[in-house]
Amino acid sequence: MKRAAFGHIGFPILLLLPQLVIIAIFFYWPAAYAVQSSFYAQDMFGFTSTFVGLENYTRLAGATNYVNALNFTVIFTVLVTFFSLTIALLLAVKADKVIRGAKTYRTLLMWVYAIAPPVAGLIGVMLFDQSRGNLTQFLASFGYEFRLGVNYWDTASAMIAVSVWKQIPVNFIFFLSGLQAIPRSVREAALIDNRSGTSRFWDITFPLLAPTGFFLLIINITYSLFDTFGIIDTLVKSEPGNNPLTLVYRVYVDGFRGGDLGGSSAQSVVLMILVLILTIVQFRFLERRIHYT
Amino acid sequence: MAQVTLNQVRKVYPNGAEALEPSTFTIPDGELCVLVGPSGCGKSTMLRMVAGLEDITEGEISIGDRIVNDIDPADRNIAMVFQNYALYPHMTVARNMGYGLKNRGMDKGQIAAKVREAAEMLNLTEFLDRRPSQLSGGQRQRVAMGRAIVREPDLFLFDEPLSNLDAKLRNQMRIEIRALQRRLGTTAMYVTHDQVEAMTMADRIIVLSNGHIEQIGTPNEIYEHPASTFVASFMGAPPMNLLEADAAQGRVTLKNGEVVPQASVNGHAGAVTVGIRPEDIMPSPQGDLTLDVDIIEELGAQRLLHGQMGGQAFSVAVPKDQEASTGEMRLALKPNAVHLFDADQGRRLG
Repeated sequence: MKRAAFGHIGFPILLLLPQLVIIAIFFYWPAAYAVQSSFYAQDMFGFTSTFVGLENYTRLAGATNYVNALNFTVIFTVLVTFFSLTIALLLAVKADKVIRGAKTYRTLLMWVYAIAPPVAGLIGVMLFDQSRGNLTQFLASFGYEFRLGVNYWDTASAMIAVSVWKQIPVNFIFFLSGLQAIPRSVREAALIDNRSGTSRFWDITFPLLAPTGFFLLIINITYSLFDTFGIIDTLVKSEPGNNPLTLVYRVYVDGFRGGDLGGSSAQSVVLMILVLILTIVQFRFLERRIHYT
Repeated sequence: MAQVTLNQVRKVYPNGAEALEPSTFTIPDGELCVLVGPSGCGKSTMLRMVAGLEDITEGEISIGDRIVNDIDPADRNIAMVFQNYALYPHMTVARNMGYGLKNRGMDKGQIAAKVREAAEMLNLTEFLDRRPSQLSGGQRQRVAMGRAIVREPDLFLFDEPLSNLDAKLRNQMRIEIRALQRRLGTTAMYVTHDQVEAMTMADRIIVLSNGHIEQIGTPNEIYEHPASTFVASFMGAPPMNLLEADAAQGRVTLKNGEVVPQASVNGHAGAVTVGIRPEDIMPSPQGDLTLDVDIIEELGAQRLLHGQMGGQAFSVAVPKDQEASTGEMRLALKPNAVHLFDADQGRRLG
């Protein structure tokens, strides 16, 4: 590879500066501030703060509603990631085989991508509405009374369903382009080598899609943890009450609704560490098994 | 081991384009048959239909005594070598070669033995644990060959297998593939656009153009008796000279009034095309034909003289030890040098 030579060390730094400034202002500074305020307790109005050491953290460990949120977040993330990946993969594999009207078909499948999370949440609210929701009525015809915002698991499944629905198009686009990047002749060679379509998929297609899948796995976990905020907010209508909450939403509820900035900061720090560990684990153990062509 | 028969096989694409006109021929057991023609002539389509990768619009294809039209590619007992090798990038060389056998339910020990045997034959033993990305182009080509051999198929299908290799390696692989096919005695169909490959490798050549078969024959027949002006100009390098001429009273006259010796027209009168290979004509002071030489091309073993004969482009190949200069010169024909074609259809006369 050809290396570009810079005469002076100052020039490359200058080129990197805009990026570094943006990262510093929008990531490191708030992160450092969160770490700092997690050791303090603020009064309700934010006028005074007292150093309390690790008390914010120890309080978290003892709080049942925090542990509940942690458990729910794990379940939520696993289910959303699993279903949005598998459904998108299934759709992509099927769409890849469509020959007539392929473009229209694919565009229709990608459309949901353009919907903002709160709007997706609103659509979810309408579908699951107590009196008029289509899905509520559909479930009622089976004799099940679906109660969004009242029944814990009803609300949870609505959150999961809407989050999955919102994420499928992104995954679909990536999987489809991943599939189309597999050379036609490799598939044809497999066609001659193996009669069974299912076994061809697992032996050839799936391993060749693994890099795409790994990338999407990380994107989807991050999505479930953070980007579902808008959906959750609209579905619980800013009334957390007894509803299932993810960790990120709790950070918001405790910090901005409850006025407990110290506790909220401690939660953010915990979340940050969890994500860090998760990412390291993924790269250390999963990526090794993936073959990049 | 099997013979391959195509019976009125035709291919029409959904958009109505006819890729292959109804074609009929048989490749006897153990022969290597080369399908040759310019790109878009239908040769790959034909091969892919035999492989089962392309639907057959009309007609029947049989391998051995089995009609395979409705048989899955995996069940046709064929092996195919692709232009870009089509190796599975995530599998080692050994697994690439053994994949087809595994899917036929062969046991592991037997697969390993077969793979090892093929690897030895192809000098691949030390690479068995490598991934395709760690191999050179020639090695990948060998792995693709190995994958075909271990299956012990009834029929090998080669789809321009050497096009991605450099010239030197191509010559070497050409000989290796030919030798291997002879040794195994397996029937083979080989698609190429390279007439040198076709001439050197084939037991039988099928020349295709625009979706129809121009000629089927041994390399010698194709070279000595091209059935049309297309075959005459496509097969052989440098290509055959084709001159417009007139036939009258049993004589063929060029545009400049010179009479072409050896040309017997059997009563045919009117416009004809005269074909003379550059190597079938030589400088001679007593010659009957005149060439005005413009350019001399040095090829090492021989030199090519390009010029005009009666206002039409014409080339002559002379041995390297023969002096040559630009300007007018007389040429004489070697025996049996003249090919005559009718001017409209380009079909061979007599």
